[in-house]
Amino acid sequence: MNARRVFKGMPRIANLEIQPIIGLEIHVQLATRTKMFCACAAEFGAEPNTRACPVCLGLPGALPVVNAQAIELAIRAGAALNCSIARLTKWDRKSYYYPDLPKNYQISQFDLPIAERGWFEFSREGETRRVRIRRAHLEEDAGKNVHDFPGFTAVDLNRAGTPLLEIVTEPDIHCAEDAREFAIALQREIAYLGIGEANMQKGQMRFEPNINLEIRDGEQLAKTPIVEVKNLNSFRSLHGAIEFEIRRQLEEWQERGVTGARGNKSNRGWDDVRMVTVAQREKEEADDYRYFPDPDLPPVTPDARRVAEIVGTMPEPSGVRTARFIREYQIPAKDAPALVDDRATADLLDAAAALGVDRATLARQFLSFWQMQANARQISIAGLRLPAGVFAELAQMSSSGRINATAAATIAGELVRRSDTAAVKAGEPLSVSSLAAELGLLQTRDSDQIAGWVDAAFAANAKAVQDALANPKKLIAARGFLAGQVMKASGGKADPKIAGELIEQKLRALAGDAARS
Amino acid sequence: MSLNQSATQIASDVASRLRSAVDVCAAALSRAEAVNPRLNAFTQILRHEALCRARQIDAAIARGEAPGPLAGVPIALKDNICTRIGHTTCASRMLESYRSPYDATVVQRLERAGAVIVAKTNLDEFAMGSSTENSAFGVVRNPWSPDRVAGGSSGGSAVAVATRTVPLALGSDTGGSIRLPASFSGVIGLKPTYGRVSRYGLVAYGSSLDQIGPFATYAADAALLLSVIAGRDPNDATSADRAESDFSAAARDVDPAHAIRKLRIGIPREFFADGLDPVVRDQVEKAICEYRAAGAHLVEIALPHTKYCVATYYLIATAEASSNLARFDGVHYGHRTPAPRDIHHLYSASRDEGLGTEVKRRIMLGTFALSAGYADAFYQQALRVRRLIRDDYSQAFGQVDVIMGPVAPSTAFRIGEKADDPLQMYLADVYTTSANLAGLPAISIPCGFSASGLPVGLQVIAPAFEEARLLSAARFLEQRGDWHSRIPPIE
Repeated sequence: MNARRVFKGMPRIANLEIQPIIGLEIHVQLATRTKMFCACAAEFGAEPNTRACPVCLGLPGALPVVNAQAIELAIRAGAALNCSIARLTKWDRKSYYYPDLPKNYQISQFDLPIAERGWFEFSREGETRRVRIRRAHLEEDAGKNVHDFPGFTAVDLNRAGTPLLEIVTEPDIHCAEDAREFAIALQREIAYLGIGEANMQKGQMRFEPNINLEIRDGEQLAKTPIVEVKNLNSFRSLHGAIEFEIRRQLEEWQERGVTGARGNKSNRGWDDVRMVTVAQREKEEADDYRYFPDPDLPPVTPDARRVAEIVGTMPEPSGVRTARFIREYQIPAKDAPALVDDRATADLLDAAAALGVDRATLARQFLSFWQMQANARQISIAGLRLPAGVFAELAQMSSSGRINATAAATIAGELVRRSDTAAVKAGEPLSVSSLAAELGLLQTRDSDQIAGWVDAAFAANAKAVQDALANPKKLIAARGFLAGQVMKASGGKADPKIAGELIEQKLRALAGDAARS
Repeated sequence: MSLNQSATQIASDVASRLRSAVDVCAAALSRAEAVNPRLNAFTQILRHEALCRARQIDAAIARGEAPGPLAGVPIALKDNICTRIGHTTCASRMLESYRSPYDATVVQRLERAGAVIVAKTNLDEFAMGSSTENSAFGVVRNPWSPDRVAGGSSGGSAVAVATRTVPLALGSDTGGSIRLPASFSGVIGLKPTYGRVSRYGLVAYGSSLDQIGPFATYAADAALLLSVIAGRDPNDATSADRAESDFSAAARDVDPAHAIRKLRIGIPREFFADGLDPVVRDQVEKAICEYRAAGAHLVEIALPHTKYCVATYYLIATAEASSNLARFDGVHYGHRTPAPRDIHHLYSASRDEGLGTEVKRRIMLGTFALSAGYADAFYQQALRVRRLIRDDYSQAFGQVDVIMGPVAPSTAFRIGEKADDPLQMYLADVYTTSANLAGLPAISIPCGFSASGLPVGLQVIAPAFEEARLLSAARFLEQRGDWHSRIPPIE
């Protein structure tokens, strides 16, 4: 990732080596019930200005109070981003005038963010890549200007005060594809951990890439001015905007030789129809947000124990879980998403495994017939609403040889069917072993009974047995064939191990007889 | 009815149905209407709303309901405290017709205690001033000498009590705005510890300094009112989570043998240096001698950073004000320019038309103090000095129980005398701002009069959350003189 590589999308021009330098700012709306600094519901799509109170309207005299749930979710995010969590984090006012910002300052975090210095990994082309996280801080969202009316602009403040987490990466990304894959992985993780819904259509996650190019011409190194593309709300636009900027900046550099200097960062917008970035009107003066500590809000000092508790009780990040599932459940990497992506299903798998059964068997059953049962009902495995003990017991019976694979699948189907019955709903426990017995699917380990089936198989296939004894090359095939016949005769109930041993004994005995005669 | 009747007495009379809340309220309203044309103490007299409320209280008492500790007590509130009744103007054109959709926490607590809000009082626009000359609705006149100021910014509240229109009023104190008018008008004015009283619903000026506090004729009444409004408020993250003190006990008759004997009183030499009017010095020293005579120990102390207080205060307060007042932009509420050309013109013209000169001056000062390239030299530096001022006080309170000195360098000055010289005006706050910067409780107690009959206030400052000491000190002086019970000639 950090190795210098030539940007592949560009034709190589003379001896130029072009390295795009990309960092992302990501705004995530946190999944809190109420807003960041008041008790208004944080909801999408309500009637304009019906989710607003003196605090989010910025009325005279109103004061903000921090939402404890937002702090918790931010700490959770910080942990998922491998950041260190601040022992002391404070609130600052960021001043600018805009009609959708009722106080004309935004409460944000300036120099002491709640989380900083972390990293986040994603994989692309089977390779794990790491992007460093500079910081993640909490802030309140602004309202929305609505331009639907001729002659004036309306303001909807339902969104004003919604809690946002702004995540800032280091400029560790060097192509649009990586940016997109990083964003997708991050979006999934945010949703997976319940930090935010991260629904892009609802604007719950927005991206702002900072892009420029390092152009090396032999010994000479030129840098193009940094461009920030504002407010991208799809992976497609994130990818497109970066692609476009890389080309545009190279062309601009070739035509006009403009290079970056301190402070000449500019903002551009994204035209989703024409797939181009467009220059935004530059302000006459540099931004001066006049940050200062918000005197209405005491600093937050999350003590180490509380942080440990939040991190300790938070769900396992999907990336970590994937790696663990592959290792512990011995599943192929390609199958991991089927077990990990639905958190409830992954939790169920872990819960069943914790009951002390063979994990590989359990995972195999999840991936095969349990998945089939769930798919048939268009729900997840967790959605089958069977207790973890049922999954564990079935796997246990399989791995201990009390039922065979076919029987296990049959029993699973029957369990799902019966889980809908009134008796089970009323609380009658589902017993896998009694169901197996009832269906006659328990394997028998009674040697005498199995010996009977073995004898019958030998008797019915005497000629083939004789041929095999005469020709050792046919012996292996004959063993398998006979075992199949025993299983068939027993209706699948014969314990295959015992049957195999008995077949072997009998073959050896017959071979001994033949040698003596 | 005696004009000097205490709130405590009124509440007890109303609760026992000796008098009706309506009668008490009607008397206060008549007095307010009589006083106001001359002194301009009120932005609004809420005759209808007050009588409605008084009738409710009488009805509740008739039904046998517990009436609350301020049953039927008329009260006036500084007009920067949000009330659903009437307007909340902050004495600004910007909010001339603004109605708050919610009540400040102190208003809710007053209602629960049975108080009747009869009027909202005049102030320096957005509480920015020391003389109430900066009100968009005209200057408040001093009842002792109507060509003089009543002090500010809570001038109207001080005058409401001084004229005995109401036994109690609320003001707000950011750099002396309760104590200074209390001193100029001859009443008790108490600024509580920062965090003691919820700021929710107080229109913010300097948020890290603002505190709401009582004006009263009597120490016991100030104590009663403080007991009602004090305490943790979940709507104000800076309100303190302290078990309430029994403020009333502190203001009961003070046995000097106990409360004052051995009281260690710090006398900061910086408070008696150049610039202090000898008349004020005289009265303050005499008052302090009363305490000494009762057995208190006087200890000379140093508050070496006193000379930086005014500068520090005017940097921090204006910086916070520049941000707090940014919301008054003509977009969502308040004054909007009639024909804006575009959004920038809407902002600038609405603010230009809606805000007064002193408010604009402070917004400009504060904006400058926070600007890139200047913030370190001004705002950040002020924060560092603020810490030193706090340290001065913690050191001093290692040796003494309270600190005493003057409230203001002079008695009430003439209207217009300092109006054109902001710096002279700012120096009126020289002894008061430090208590705000350090977050400490401080009180102005009537302690004498000048030869020309102008009141002088004694300032007492206590460690954080030790308001009880201030109230005891006030009650003691009350027992030693009649300064508090003199009524200015109104007619």
